[in-house]
Parts: sequence; C-alpha cells; structure tokens
Amino acid sequence: MTTGDGVAVRAQQVSRHYEMGTAVIRAVDDVTLQIRAGEFVALLGSSGSGKSTLLNLMAGLDRPTGGAIFANGRNLSELNSLELARYRSRTVGMVFQSFNLLPRMTLEENVELPLRLAEVDRAERGGRVQEALERVRLEKRLTHRPSELSGGEQQRAALARALVNRPTLLFADEPTGNLDSATGESIMLLLKEIQQKLGMTIVMVTHERPLAERFADRIAALADGKLLTDGMKS
Amino acid sequence: MKAGDLGELALRNLREAVLRNSLTTLGVAVGVASLVAMVSLGVGLQELATKRLSNSGLFDTVLVTARRNVPGMRRPAANSSPPKAERALDDGARKELEHLPNVVEVYPQIRFPTEVRYNGSPYSTIVAGVPDSARGNGSYDGLQGSFFSGPKADEAILQIEFAKDLSEQTATLIGKDLVVRYAERQALAPQTGTGGTNGGANDGADGGFSIVPREKKLRIVGIVETEPAAGFGGFGSGRLLIPLEVASALRAAQVNDLRDAVRAPTGKPAYASLTVRAKSPSQIETIENAIKTMGFGTFSLLDASRSLRLFFTIFDALLFIFGSLALAVATLGIINTLVMAILERRREIGILKALGAADRDVKQLFFVEAGVMGLFGGILGVGFGWFIGRALTWGTNIYLHRQNLPSAHVFSVPWWLVLLSILFSVGVSLAAGLYPATRAARLNPVEALRYE
Repeated sequence: MTTGDGVAVRAQQVSRHYEMGTAVIRAVDDVTLQIRAGEFVALLGSSGSGKSTLLNLMAGLDRPTGGAIFANGRNLSELNSLELARYRSRTVGMVFQSFNLLPRMTLEENVELPLRLAEVDRAERGGRVQEALERVRLEKRLTHRPSELSGGEQQRAALARALVNRPTLLFADEPTGNLDSATGESIMLLLKEIQQKLGMTIVMVTHERPLAERFADRIAALADGKLLTDGMKS
Repeated sequence: MKAGDLGELALRNLREAVLRNSLTTLGVAVGVASLVAMVSLGVGLQELATKRLSNSGLFDTVLVTARRNVPGMRRPAANSSPPKAERALDDGARKELEHLPNVVEVYPQIRFPTEVRYNGSPYSTIVAGVPDSARGNGSYDGLQGSFFSGPKADEAILQIEFAKDLSEQTATLIGKDLVVRYAERQALAPQTGTGGTNGGANDGADGGFSIVPREKKLRIVGIVETEPAAGFGGFGSGRLLIPLEVASALRAAQVNDLRDAVRAPTGKPAYASLTVRAKSPSQIETIENAIKTMGFGTFSLLDASRSLRLFFTIFDALLFIFGSLALAVATLGIINTLVMAILERRREIGILKALGAADRDVKQLFFVEAGVMGLFGGILGVGFGWFIGRALTWGTNIYLHRQNLPSAHVFSVPWWLVLLSILFSVGVSLAAGLYPATRAARLNPVEALRYE
C-alpha cells in the first residue's frame, strides 16, 4: 500500500537525539528522505553514521525526537504503542545482521512466530510458512533448529520470517554483515529477487559500497547522523 | 496474540528453564500446602466441635416453657419487649409452634426418676424420652448395638456408666431385658379437652392426680457414651433412654408435676416444656423471637453457638494469615524467577517486538507464565496440604489411642478450600508477575535487540 504519489516511506526532517548526561548525541539529525514503493534503497554509511537508527525509526521500532516519518501515508509518530506494533506486524518485515532467530524454536516455529503475533488463523499458518520457506529455498529444513543451520541458511530463514506476513516494506539491517562474501552475495540475490517478484520496497543498511552499488536502485549516504547524498547509484 | 498461542509460548518458555521454574513452582506449592494445612486444621477442628455439639441437638433446638416456669434460665435480651400475659403451653400452643417456619418438629421433654430392676437388683436412675428423629441426625453414630427398632418399641438404650452399674461386661447387656418401675400419674377427676392422651401434658391439671406405681419391661438394644442432649432441659441427664412415644404413653409423673399441682389451676392441661427443633442452627434466632412473640419463655444455646462461630472465624483467619506467610515468601520466588527471565530473554523480547508483538502481548506472556506457575503450585500444594493433614490426623489418632480416647478427624479439606487455595495461588502469582511483566512490556525494542 502506498500513498497516491507512490511514496512508501517518507522521512521528513527526522531527528533522533539521545541525552547522555549533559551531552546530546545526534544519531540522526534533520534527515529528509523519500522512498518510493517497490524501490530498493541502500542506506550507506560507516559505523555510527546513524543509518541503523534511521532504519529503526522507519521500521517503527523507535520514535523520532524531531520531524516525522510517514509510512503508507500515516505519521508513525502519531501512532500509539499498539498501532505501532500492528504496523510492525502487518506492514513491515525485518532482517537483522545477527539473524535473531529464537534458538529454542525450529525453523518452522520461528517463521510461524509473526503469524501468531498477527493473530492469523491456525489453519492458514501452515501454508503461509511453507510458502515463505519455499521462497528462500529452505522448505526441507522445517524441523531444524537455528543451531543446525549455516549462517546463510539462518539469514534465509530470517528472511522467510520477515516475509511470512506478506509485508509491503522490508527493512534489512546489515543482512550480509555476519556472512562470507559468497553467502552474502546469495542473500543479496535473494533480496533482489524478492523485490522484483513481489514488488516489495526494500531498505537495506550496509557499510559495503560495492554491495549497495550492485544491488540497490538508490543509495542514501549518511555520516554523523546527516544525509550526505541521496541519489541513483553511480 | 490469541490465548492459545499465548499459552503455548508461555509453556514453552517455562520448559526452557525447567529446573528453575520447577523450583519456583515447588516454592508456591509449599506455600499453598502450608495454607491448606493450616486452614484445614482450623476447619477440621471446627467441624469436630460443631458436629459433636450439633449432634447433641443443643444448637438446633429451642426449649419452650410457659413464662412462669424457668425464669432463671431465660437469657436477658436487650431489646426484649415488656412481659406479656401468661400463656399456657398446651396442645394448641404446640400446634402453633409446629406451624412456625423452618420448624422440623416439636416434642415434649419427658424425664422422670425410676427404679430399674435387672437380675433381681434395683438401680435408681433417670429415664429420658428420645424422639424418633434422633435416629438419622448422627446423634447416636457412636452407638454400640442399634437404635430403637421403631418409635413404639419397648426398647431401651443405656448410658455407658449406667450399663457398667448393671454389668461389668456391658456388651453382654444388649438383647437382655430389664424392668422399669415408675410412678404413673392418674387423674382424679374426669378429663375433657385436648392433651389427655399424649402423656406429656399434665393430666388432672384441673382436678389433681394420684400416683400409682407401675412396671414396664424393656429390651436393651444399645449402649451410648452419653445422652446427646443431656441436661438441656435442666432436669439432669437421662441414663436410660426409651422412645419418646413409649415414654409419653407411660404417663409417668415428672419432676415438675408436684410444683404444678400446687399452682392455681388454669383449667387446661399443659406441658412443662416443649422442645422445638429447627432445620438448622442458623434459623434458631428467628424461631426463638417468634416463640417469644407468642408469649412463651425460650432457652437456646444461640449465644454459645455464636461465640463458637466467632472463635473459629478468628481462629481460621489467624491460621490463614500464618499459612499465607509461606505463600508470601513463595511470591518473592516468582518475582525473582521472572525478573531473571527478563534479563535472560531481553533480546528475545526485542525480537518479539520487532516482529510485531505489542507491549500487551509481552506483558500477557509473563503474566501467563506466572499464572501457570501459580496454577501448578496451587494444585500441587493442595495435594501436599492434604497429605500433611492426613499425616497430622494419623499422628493425632495414634496419640489419642494411647490416651484411650476415640479417634477423631482433626483435619478437613472441603471443596471450597481446594478451589479457593488454587485461585488464591493463581491470584498471588499473577500479582507477583505484575512487576516483571510490566518491566518486560516496557523494554525498548532497539535496546533489547542490542543486548548480548
């Protein structure tokens, strides 16, 4: 779902400041960014540049201290805690650098978890889980626990979990950060495939410019919480 | 999140730290067991006391007299109405009493002195009439032998001490015959009106009576420790008990006959006293007030019953408080376990929130975990408590047997205590889970996801 102008997410003069004693940390400072529906945008920057903070704000995991974020035309700052949780559950899929699968659950149970949280009917869940795992080609590892999977497989499982609720926005925070280059590339190919096949909007945080240039439609570079460049890749 | 999913996730979480959660649950169980054992002991002792007393018929009966008869026994009432005109306790009054709401039966008190002849030897004693209703009310549960075969049977039940007077081997008395010699009251003038044949009303109230010695042969059918309603009417305890209808038909002269004979005659035959039995002790007060309004004197052990109830209410409350102390300690265990779980599952909470869990979902998850520990602890605790009670009863009875005393059930676990204990356990556990659950729900997902 998008607004009439085809914008999926819009950050408008967004700031996220932290107070550390008397000092103020400007993790994100007055950033304005617009992401169109179906676009694959890479947030590029070095460590501490504010890219993950901006991603968390757009994913509804955090609230800005200034400015506003609009997703599907709704101002996330104006949503209450429950509405924000629903936004994360139904509109957003998230993939993390460290996979964040629950170690005591099987692959199937991990992927099913967002369906439980979204209160999807039990009868419907099996098919949805199967569909998501097929999309990442892990349908034969249903009963395995995360510890029994390789890093790449774990990230694919995390991707299946992010997709199972059929979100329109996929936020990936350094999805290849814990993987070797070959596995990382396979994950990026998978993300690209998902974007193209499902028409999904993808926002990916990375510090690897070559990866961003190769797979993203657009690169937004950040440094010290500020947006340095925002444009098509060179 | 749906209830089923919440329950599944909670049980899964509890299984993950099975040792710690089991120990916490065991702590709750010990707390509940302590509570159940304490309260059950109080309830058991209360039941023991009230059963013995209610079996005696003292708490569900009102002794009714004409106002003139037993002034010394009447309880002074703060709100008592001014004295009413003297009213005869005759058959008309008996019928009125029988029609009062919640009255089960009305019967006269019949007790008279007698001489018993057994094996050729005379023994002086008091005969008391026993209503047939005593058969089913538990009063004679500990009876050796059997209750009267019928309301008109020429049979007798002996009080144990009297039985010992007759024979050292009391058990051999059952089935033997004895002869009762008593003074029959015979009217000197012809009788008219009601009450002349029931034996309870004072025959010859208008013309006096003569005393004629009579004999009655009775078969001994049972031996009882004490007469359950001993002394309620103030005439001493009966040592030889016979069916009330038989006692009534004997028309034996009673203790108060001489006193009534010298009083100014009222022209109508009257009872010395009547016993009114209520459906339950709780109705005694209403019935007693109604009888007073009718113009009769009353006597009941209502105040004693009230005091007993008050005593046991306080006693039970104290036992409940002491029993709850262990459960209070157990709740600290629940808080500790859940706070530890938050620390350990901080990242997991962050993941859940990132995947769409609302604060409410996280809070409910911890609540359910606390509730499940409370539920299992409660069920286990009731079992432990019951076991402790059985052990207490067993130990007490060994001691009682050594003291040559009959065994007693000093412990009782009624269904309401089982239900309340489990509910209380769950309630306390939920209260204990409130702080950890709220803390977990308030976790910032970004910070939680960073936690290693």
